[in-house]
Amino acid sequence: MSEVIITVKDLCKCFGDFTAVDHITFDVRRGEIFGFLGANGAGKTTAMRMLCGLSYPTSGSGTVAGFDVMTQGEEIKRHIGYMSQKFSLYDDLTVRENIRLYAGIYGLSRYETLRRTVTVLNRLHFRSEANTLVGSLPLGWKQKLAFSVATLHRPEVVFLDEPTGGVDPVTRRQFWEMIYEAASGGTTVFVTTHYMDEAEYCSRVSIMVDGKIEALGSPAELKRQYAAESMDEVFRILARGAKRRE
Amino acid sequence: MAAQNAIEIYGLTKRYGSLAAVDHITFTVGRGELFGLIGPDGAGKTTLFRLLATLLNPDEGTATVDGFDIVKQYREIRQRVGYMPGRFSLYPDLSVAENLDFFAALFGVSVKENYDLIAPIYRQIEPFRKRRAGKLSGGMKQKLALCCALIHRPSVLFLDEPTTGVDAVSRGEFWDMLFELKRKGISILVSTPYMDEACRCDRIALVNGGKVLGIDTPDGIVRRFDEPLYALSGNDMYGLLVEARRAKGVKECYPFGAVHHLVAGEDFAVGSLVDYLARQGFSDVSVCRVQAGIEDVFMKLMQHE
Repeated sequence: MSEVIITVKDLCKCFGDFTAVDHITFDVRRGEIFGFLGANGAGKTTAMRMLCGLSYPTSGSGTVAGFDVMTQGEEIKRHIGYMSQKFSLYDDLTVRENIRLYAGIYGLSRYETLRRTVTVLNRLHFRSEANTLVGSLPLGWKQKLAFSVATLHRPEVVFLDEPTGGVDPVTRRQFWEMIYEAASGGTTVFVTTHYMDEAEYCSRVSIMVDGKIEALGSPAELKRQYAAESMDEVFRILARGAKRRE
Repeated sequence: MAAQNAIEIYGLTKRYGSLAAVDHITFTVGRGELFGLIGPDGAGKTTLFRLLATLLNPDEGTATVDGFDIVKQYREIRQRVGYMPGRFSLYPDLSVAENLDFFAALFGVSVKENYDLIAPIYRQIEPFRKRRAGKLSGGMKQKLALCCALIHRPSVLFLDEPTTGVDAVSRGEFWDMLFELKRKGISILVSTPYMDEACRCDRIALVNGGKVLGIDTPDGIVRRFDEPLYALSGNDMYGLLVEARRAKGVKECYPFGAVHHLVAGEDFAVGSLVDYLARQGFSDVSVCRVQAGIEDVFMKLMQHE
């Protein structure tokens, strides 16, 4: 069994008398692409915030990249990568400036910053766009850049919150190839999406319903278990039972 | 006399500096039709809605909505259309009921006289009628926005990405609601970045970079894919993708959910592909002929641009 990068046991988050996340338990291993699915309001965002060190759990235990989710939020933040659909890069900075800003935040040396900037620009074929304002890039380009920036400091695990929302089908696939590549290089990828075809690309998938993890397994296992043709069907079967719907 | 088509667009163009956000778009939407604009962010969908809703003037071309010209007769159009913009557009500090009353008052109607039209949707949020709109969840905001866009009984409904960021089950329910509205005779122009929603429309326009790539019924669009398409799967899907692209006769290979889709060229043969992959160490491979989907067609048309 390969190394465990994320492990949580009975993790809970309550807001007043509302249990947003209700005793979730799972492990994610090195190099896995872990799909974190759920209906709107199921508690995905709340769970993800705890795993990223942005909020402390009410109860339970767990570690992310070796740091305790109950006490070491700041350490976790330093050792993970994060990108979301809504915000990841500064529109008013150029491509190069965004890379430098994040390199600075993650404490890379000046030499490493330069070296990795060149690597990112070459890999994305972005050299001619280095001095372009990020705000004027097409969304798909922006998202590919955001992923590169989120993994600039070579984190052990990267969290992607709906990274491909609204992205065209060609770029969406290029984005997933970047994910595959990162995962095959040993980076663990934790990803949420509303595109059910993307759930099929994950090594394993969990589906949250009303704060609990109702299903967990590889797409093939889940399809077998629910006698479904596709992950879309698995998702529908589970999410229809939800009481807590937006 | 009522116009024959709900929307008629001829060569409509809107430029921002050197960028043509909407670039010579032409199509018509029939009365009572549910017409989908399918395309990614930046395709020009929102600009097109803003032009048709008379919030922007075009640089070139003409368009009519319900028979009225979008430039000269904007007042008439505003009485007749319901517009649900992509971003939440209601007053967050007003309650659910207050928002609805406000929009009814703007159009000089009462909620009561048109309640039958919104009832199936409004009933789902009515338990929260006293809650401030800003405190609603995403799905409830969407339903309230739809009610507000319908309260003056418009003949044409514009919905800009109503299902973006919404989970697969809620999205299905939203399309059921649209189908009901269509049955009541409302013409609907709706945009979405989710290709799987295209099949719920009577006709669709695939849009990208301000241009229309193709217009047809969902079945008609799919029939446009005129190359042999295969589904490829095996154990190591990423390795398989990379290797299949190197095989003889493979024009293209890309991930497509649980399988990869492979577009076959002239000298393609299933047997030789399987042999080639076996030599590269992929033994447990399945290849079978499949029907193209909307997304296959979209990608093909996009690359021809």
